[in-house]
Amino acid sequence: MTSNLQQSVQTDNVFHTENVNIYYGDFLAVKEVNLDVPKNAITAFIGPSGCGKSTVLRCFNRLNDLIKSFHLDGKILYHGQDLYAPEIDAVEVRRQIGMVFQQPNPFPKSIYDNIAFGPRLLGYKGDMDELVERSLKRGALWEDVKDKLKAMGTDISGGQQQRLCIARAIAVQPEVILMDEPCAALDPISTLKIEDLMQELKEDYTLVIVTHNMQQASRASDYTAFFNVQANEKGQRTGFIEEYDRTESIFQSPKKKATQEYVSGRFG
Amino acid sequence: MTSQEFPASLAKGRSLERAVTSKTIFSNVMTGLVFACALLALIPLFALLFYVISKGAVRLSPQLFTQLPPPPFPRDSPQFSSGGFGNAIVGTFMTVGLGSLISIPFGIFAAIYLSEFARDTKFANGINFFTNVLSGVPSIVMGVFAYSLIVLATRSYSAMAAGFALAVLMLPTIVRTSAEALEAVPSNLRQASVGLGASSYQTVLKVILPAAIPAIVTGIILAIARAAGETAPIIFTALFSNFWNWDPWRPTATLSVLVYNFAITPFANWQELAWAASLVLITLVLFANVLARWIIRKR
Repeated sequence: MTSNLQQSVQTDNVFHTENVNIYYGDFLAVKEVNLDVPKNAITAFIGPSGCGKSTVLRCFNRLNDLIKSFHLDGKILYHGQDLYAPEIDAVEVRRQIGMVFQQPNPFPKSIYDNIAFGPRLLGYKGDMDELVERSLKRGALWEDVKDKLKAMGTDISGGQQQRLCIARAIAVQPEVILMDEPCAALDPISTLKIEDLMQELKEDYTLVIVTHNMQQASRASDYTAFFNVQANEKGQRTGFIEEYDRTESIFQSPKKKATQEYVSGRFG
Repeated sequence: MTSQEFPASLAKGRSLERAVTSKTIFSNVMTGLVFACALLALIPLFALLFYVISKGAVRLSPQLFTQLPPPPFPRDSPQFSSGGFGNAIVGTFMTVGLGSLISIPFGIFAAIYLSEFARDTKFANGINFFTNVLSGVPSIVMGVFAYSLIVLATRSYSAMAAGFALAVLMLPTIVRTSAEALEAVPSNLRQASVGLGASSYQTVLKVILPAAIPAIVTGIILAIARAAGETAPIIFTALFSNFWNWDPWRPTATLSVLVYNFAITPFANWQELAWAASLVLITLVLFANVLARWIIRKR
């Protein structure tokens, strides 16, 4: 499978993982993740519930560190640097690799302060007004909120909140933006707006998204990893990557039967 | 399950109109009963308020807040209604203020540690357990503790000793309400902040604490309101004073001890002052509770 991947994914890689196994305590949650995430592209993780898509995504910016029982073996390389090496500062990792969550989670502060939060943490010395405007424009939210920057970030619509969260992630100028089912809580129109936005963003950023929506993966992504799950005799469910390829191949000519069945909607 | 298993009154096509059955009668009687019990629970409060207001209101005047306690005067004396307890009001604010000054920082920091850094660890569970034990310790024991630790060491009763006793008394309430408030902050805010590259202390300081502040303030106000009415730990720490005192290391009058001292004397003017002090104290506590409610509502 690996050799096959390397042929089909011939670009600069931002992430490269080697035999990553992810555990919660003794429980093996995801096994043998071997994956290259190409630069300036959108990589989608699809698969049934509980297959570990989000778990893997959260490993890319060490957000799983917040869970005490979590640990992994194998390597996750970010531009060749092992993210889990002891000398790596997780806080610095998260500054370069941003995250957008399933539920829009703006801070209970003004729209302006939501955007300015990250830059202030980093000690940004430039023109904050300009940065806020630029980030909101980049997040396709400026026209909606330019007259109410003092309004609470929690008082705008769900779709706007999610774009605010994207703009907030952009404001710290990361290289990668991870999105964990960014449209799961949104209506179809807001979803389309976010998808359009993702297409614009991939010129400057590398995006990795988890989605339950297969149309979204086929419409919006360049590469797709299909995660599957298998249970052991104790009933513990371990996720793994069934197939990873260009999105067209996954949806039009999958090599595995399970992928074929999943993308055609026969299970999951 | 055939229709024969149900009583005939549940037959298909039965009337939808209200019927008086044993069920509806039972339901009405029970509703009446719980309503009566709820009223009964309010009676002591209103009786107490009525009693304190009717006894204490006669002496309400500005001089209560500006003058010192008078000597005992007989009822026919022209000076019967003179004097006040300004020093006790100052003393109450001083002891409660000192108690808050000590307990609030300690309480909030402890709560931050318990809820943000040590959540669900054995250590945190242990501290939680002992905090609950501490909140069950009778307040007079706090007084004895402060007496032996501060009064004996400094060889003087003092507002500081009372403040210390009240701080120990307030601490469990503040720790518990603050930890609950911090834990109630949705975890997705925590993730948002951490995901933007905030360190844990930046997350706590800039996201978690601001979101929890209203609930924390509410807990603090309730703790203060309780401390203001405490008498037992103050009697032998702040003791009492008939004079103005601004020095935290000197004995100090407080409203609650004034009530205790004056109510049990045979002097009618002192007894009236005790009622008036009770009214002022209740008003202060009531005001604090309303303030706490208002802050919750505003959220």
